Amino acid sequence: MRHTISVLVENEFGVLSRVSGLFSGRGFNIESLSVAPTLDPSVSRMTIVTTGDDQVLEQITKHLNKLIDTIKVIDFTGTDYVERELALIKVNAEESLRAEVLRIADIFRSKVVDVGPRSYTLEVTGAPGKINAILELLRPFGIKEIVRTGPVVLGRGEKGGKG
Amino acid sequence: MKKTGSQILLECLQMEGVDTVFGYPGGAVINIYHDLVDYPGLNHILTRHEQAAVHAADGYARATGKVGVAIATSGPGATNTVTGIATAYMDSIPMVIITGQVPTPLIGNDAFQEADMVGITRPITKHNYLVKDIRDLARIIKQAFYIARTGRPGPVLVDLPKDVQVASHTFSYPDKVELRGYKPTVSGNIRQVEKAAKMVLAARKPVIYVGGGATLSNCPEQLQQFAETIQAPVTTTLMGMSSFPSRHELSLGMLGMHGTYYANMAVTNSDLLIAIGARFDDRVTGKIATFAPHAKIIHVDIDPTSIKKNVRVDLPIVGDLKDVLQNLVRKLAEHADEVAEMTTATENWRRQILDWKTEHPLTYQPSETEIKPQFVIEKIRELSSDDAIITTEVGQHQMWTAQFFQFTQPRTFLSSGGLGTMGYGLPAALGAQAAFPERQVIDISGDGSFQMNSQELATLVQYGLPVKIVILNNNYLGMVRQWQQLFFDRRYSQTVLELPIDFVMLAEAYGATGLRADKPDQVEETIRQAFATPGPVIMEFKVAREENVLPMVPAGRSIHEMVLAS
Repeated sequence: MRHTISVLVENEFGVLSRVSGLFSGRGFNIESLSVAPTLDPSVSRMTIVTTGDDQVLEQITKHLNKLIDTIKVIDFTGTDYVERELALIKVNAEESLRAEVLRIADIFRSKVVDVGPRSYTLEVTGAPGKINAILELLRPFGIKEIVRTGPVVLGRGEKGGKG
Repeated sequence: MKKTGSQILLECLQMEGVDTVFGYPGGAVINIYHDLVDYPGLNHILTRHEQAAVHAADGYARATGKVGVAIATSGPGATNTVTGIATAYMDSIPMVIITGQVPTPLIGNDAFQEADMVGITRPITKHNYLVKDIRDLARIIKQAFYIARTGRPGPVLVDLPKDVQVASHTFSYPDKVELRGYKPTVSGNIRQVEKAAKMVLAARKPVIYVGGGATLSNCPEQLQQFAETIQAPVTTTLMGMSSFPSRHELSLGMLGMHGTYYANMAVTNSDLLIAIGARFDDRVTGKIATFAPHAKIIHVDIDPTSIKKNVRVDLPIVGDLKDVLQNLVRKLAEHADEVAEMTTATENWRRQILDWKTEHPLTYQPSETEIKPQFVIEKIRELSSDDAIITTEVGQHQMWTAQFFQFTQPRTFLSSGGLGTMGYGLPAALGAQAAFPERQVIDISGDGSFQMNSQELATLVQYGLPVKIVILNNNYLGMVRQWQQLFFDRRYSQTVLELPIDFVMLAEAYGATGLRADKPDQVEETIRQAFATPGPVIMEFKVAREENVLPMVPAGRSIHEMVLAS
């Protein structure tokens, strides 16, 4: 099962490798990982998407908590949360295709952030499902390059952690 | 007054109450060694290899319960510590390892004797630090000691660049440690303890299964009280060995691959398994699906990650074992009638265990012509004092020691359990002897393992550390040979140590004493003579070459499927 885990960690060098080393050393999966400082510059928030059964997830959260640099671990699975991911998609846009690509971009409320003679670069945000959907629609035009941030999440309302 | 980084380090060690340090100098720690001369309170022992320095600090820590300290230089000095650190990590031994590092501006440049020690030791330390700024040094050392000895203990490495050792700063040692991400749970949840008491009272075939945590938590007394209260048999892992007296009527000895018949049968037939500071290692459980198949499991451990890692657990309790056992005994005392009822109801269980003990006791075929290794261990037990500290290397001799030595006092058996490090025993004995100069310290060894750190004979002689070394010499890498005999068609590939080493001459070359016995009737006299000789002594016993460690559970089988001694 897919889990999205938010980890508040000390913003110090080497913390990312402690976390990634923990996952690789113990054979846990990382689907995506994003990290940046929070309001408190001494704290960073990592958002990790991982998969595993209940026992594996219990071990993952316990081991994350065990790291000295970990301040808080929140598994959002089964709770109410907002999830967003950003993708930049460079799609083939020959003269004849331009209008159609723009129409699809419009439906997904994505922006054209770069225009070339034969391509558009689109910026799209949303839950990973939405990004998969636009990719599916753009695929027939020929996608030249893509980059995704991996999802970030926050609990709705009062849920989640501070920072 | 300002002090240099190396002085600040040494001041911190003093503030932590460190009296003995094991290490080896080099270019990147030369400043520390320069200043060390001004700190006569820090007794430094120069080993002959950095790995041995770390094992010695480990032996010191296991024997005393204090944090062991080792120092090594950057690069090869630091990488030599890796096996020692991993050994301590697997057995949760509190240690602080200081490694020198190239100056900060050179880090990452492949400088001379540079190695990324924080990177290399990340998965084998509880935590590690690279000190980049002298202003952080005192705080980091304070934290390192705190992290090493609290919660589930473990080794902490501090990598100290040369320019930080040279820089100067005002020294002030922090009073408190502030780590917002590190707050180990000490008190076990009292509701869980109450539930545990209920499960204990309902049990009819209880077994207490004790691991290394009992030693680390210093709770052998509470453990014995608990076991006696509920009259439940106690089996220990290799690491739990000396925390419950082997001659106690409730003792089952060791369980698992080379455990006793009765310990493995008791666990397999139990209806309640109470795991105390143990981690259900594969050498203990055998085939996991059939381990303790009828038992409910209570698991008490200070480390939440140990719980439900390998087996399902019916009742987890996270906390310090001493705290939990005290509360559990207190809870049970409130139900004295039910405890009495339970102990009466479990009489059949204890009788059954006694039958198993009589059916298949730990045994071996004695011989009048060949020296049996088990016989040597029994004799050492008989002739040594009760508080003697025994270390071992890894292999057959280690298992025979665990089976036949019958430990009675806590912290008297030092052995590499988790990592299984050959070459651990001699330097660990060195460290234990440095901590307790007046006690008997004996390294029980095989001819294979001994040669992995035999250079430490020099250290023993130099510092007058009277460690007695027993070499059970069979000219084989015995444990691997045993596997080859039993499971690999007797194809003794690369396990024959063909060159016969003269261990008596080796001892003499280092200025120690060497003794040898070839016949069973020489064993007792050799041991007596060794114990009466001052200084380090090697006792070489030419033992029966193809003796096997039995019982044995073949890898991957259930623990009740043992090959027994005939």
